[in-house]
Amino acid sequence: MTATTRPDAATAAGPAATSPRRARWRAPLGFALGALLLFAVAPAVLSDFRLSLLAKYLCFAIVAIGISLAWGRGGMLTLGQGLFFGLGGYAMAMHLKLADAGPGQLPDFMLLYGDSDTLPWWWAPFASPAVALAGVVLLPAALAVLIGYFVFRRRVRGAYFAILSQALAFAFSLLLIGQQATTGGTNGLTNFQGFFGYSLLDPVNKRMIYFLIAGVLLGLMALTRQIFLSRYGELLVAVRDSEERVRFLGYDPTLVKLFAYVYSAVMAGMAGALFVPAVGIISPALIGVVPSIEFLIGAAIGGRASLPGAALGAIAVAWAQTTLSEEFPAGWTYFQALLFIVVVAFLPGGLASLGRLLPRRPRLRSRRAPGADPEPEPDPREAPARSGPATAAASSSTTTAKEAGA
Amino acid sequence: MSTALRAPRARRVRRRGLAALALVLAGTLALPACGAKAGEESEGPGATADISEDTVKVGLLNSLSGTMAISEVTVRDALLLAIEEINAAGGVLGRRIEPISEDGASDWPTFAEKSEKLIRQDGVAAVFGCWTSASRKAVLPVFEQNKALLFYPVQYEGLEQSPYIFYTGATTNQQIVPALDYLAEEGVDSLYLVGSDYVFPRTANKIIKAYAEAHGIEILGEDYAPLGSTEFATIANKVESAGADAVFNTLNGDSNVAFFKEYTSAGLTAETMPVVSVSIAEEEVKSIGAQYLEGQLTSWNYYQTTEGAANEKFVAAYQAKYGEDKPTSDPMEAAYTSVYLWKAMVEKAGSFDVADVKAAADGITFEAPEGLVTIDGETQHIHKTNRIGRIGADGLITEVWSSDGPIKPDPYLKGYDWAEGLS
Repeated sequence: MTATTRPDAATAAGPAATSPRRARWRAPLGFALGALLLFAVAPAVLSDFRLSLLAKYLCFAIVAIGISLAWGRGGMLTLGQGLFFGLGGYAMAMHLKLADAGPGQLPDFMLLYGDSDTLPWWWAPFASPAVALAGVVLLPAALAVLIGYFVFRRRVRGAYFAILSQALAFAFSLLLIGQQATTGGTNGLTNFQGFFGYSLLDPVNKRMIYFLIAGVLLGLMALTRQIFLSRYGELLVAVRDSEERVRFLGYDPTLVKLFAYVYSAVMAGMAGALFVPAVGIISPALIGVVPSIEFLIGAAIGGRASLPGAALGAIAVAWAQTTLSEEFPAGWTYFQALLFIVVVAFLPGGLASLGRLLPRRPRLRSRRAPGADPEPEPDPREAPARSGPATAAASSSTTTAKEAGA
Repeated sequence: MSTALRAPRARRVRRRGLAALALVLAGTLALPACGAKAGEESEGPGATADISEDTVKVGLLNSLSGTMAISEVTVRDALLLAIEEINAAGGVLGRRIEPISEDGASDWPTFAEKSEKLIRQDGVAAVFGCWTSASRKAVLPVFEQNKALLFYPVQYEGLEQSPYIFYTGATTNQQIVPALDYLAEEGVDSLYLVGSDYVFPRTANKIIKAYAEAHGIEILGEDYAPLGSTEFATIANKVESAGADAVFNTLNGDSNVAFFKEYTSAGLTAETMPVVSVSIAEEEVKSIGAQYLEGQLTSWNYYQTTEGAANEKFVAAYQAKYGEDKPTSDPMEAAYTSVYLWKAMVEKAGSFDVADVKAAADGITFEAPEGLVTIDGETQHIHKTNRIGRIGADGLITEVWSSDGPIKPDPYLKGYDWAEGLS
């Protein structure tokens, strides 16, 4: 794909345009199709059990969207998303545990493993639903600001950033395991009875949680798409491809990267919070090194730079994991590895690049003949490039660096 | 601002409108679907088992991949052996048992997912399996919500009594407390505690410390290593310099290999400072290497060498099916026993219905390889005899001490004054 010289190739939100007029409808149509599948088809054809599994996959898709911005567009290999997933998940789980226990009571596991009869001070605020919901967003955001500011200001990049992210996720899971009396240790927090006043034992409510997750996913996808298409999105790609050049043009890459990093952290936190009522558990096993890598695999297989690619990839990988392990309980891990190797070896851009690879030649020709379309509307992805010298320069620099950037 | 910039803005607004529309759609679809409020009696469906004229399905839920696979695969094998034997003898209530095996993958949420699949999708009459406490805690709400049965075959830290779980492994008063009684009898005055960092060792050590305080035993140190850790030089040196009379070891899996190697190279032996382990059975002895473990003590309810016709038959059948060199161990025996106990419960109830089976549980006995076991209907644990064993050079463990007959299960240690503050 490095051979292409189209100015919009670097941003490539979806498969690149066939004709601008059709491109204009593709996003809304895809969006409507997704909504139709999630809200009408899936609940109609899937059993309650399969629907609750789909709810879990959608949580992973939310993480993947964040990764798609930070890694696919920003070039930051976020290998420690488990940390933020865990923060959001534990914030939600702590509230649900306290709500189950009732006012003034200790959660059940503290009665078993705890050393004292009083609630730890850092648990107390989570009794309030508002604090818990705010915590789901603000805790990952605050930590990401803190980490990101120091890391990006010191210009830590590439493998060092990835190793640092992973080490933090690992440290966080160790911390939780060590504090069994107050965090449930390796068991994590499980056995939730209610969700903001609704019983989690009722299958109707579990369905409701699925709809909630599907709605959040679609909403966040729409929001993230706006970010992809915005001037900021262009700038982020520019920073990914040539940070020094952007700095030279008068932008501060620290802030550009920081926003993408914090955004992806918040996405992971929200996914973690939704995961808790959907699956009914949050534990250190979900936030360490292995799950952090698994979050990435989905986005990588689907196509990290493509929003639908990353989301569908995350869903597909989780779905394949369930299906393969049901069919071949003893050997499914080999299939999973094979899938990953095949995609990495033959489709480095992920499955989303499949459509772009095959019919490349005819499209290039239509693109080079502007006369084919009497009134060519400006492609939204090109527009910012035309509007200012800064992004134009950045865009042209992106053409060859797309693969190298990640 | 050029027009080129404004045009896409307008389009963006339209897209935002679409997003809002989708959210509204989500809201409207979701709101009328609200079900029972928390605290209300929401009659969960209570999954129905899929039982045909001539077959009944059961689920086997074990880690077949991941760190726990080495231990859990042997449990799955023992379960399959019991099912095969029962089927050969005519099945349960005239029905052949059809096992459905699922991989928990050493991952707790996967355990929850697979248990739900077995119950809701496959319609199994009962599930056998789980090893770690974390996996049991993860599936517990699934079984309670679906009113389905789990048979859990591994010794654990107690402090639990789910109405939908039968615990056929030892609880603390059948494994840890008798081991401490034995050490106290042997004149041990000080202990050093070494464990993996997870729920079982931490809870076990809490119980040990309470016992020690009441019985005048000094605890000279307490160290935890992360699960899977192989760095034990520091801990072995601390153990060596503490000079305790004995070490109480709750390490799990691979860590034991590294720990015992360092322990040996620190110049410690079973004579100078014996180690009592509660997670090392015959299978683990084989993988650690008997030369590092010779003479060390273990506390279980069953050994391959346990005497009795039932065990001779079990060991012979297991080795005939899986290989002459395969050892049998306590969790395998407890798993094997659990299938027979379920069969006896079903036959006494005359039905596969979970409520009927539970009601029939109390007092059911089975001549297990470990000796006669009896279900205690109140706690849904079983009466078990404790055995302290010594590891031999051949990798087998021989009994050196045993409790006076089967011990009544007491998961909350209510019958022990010194344990009052624990639960």
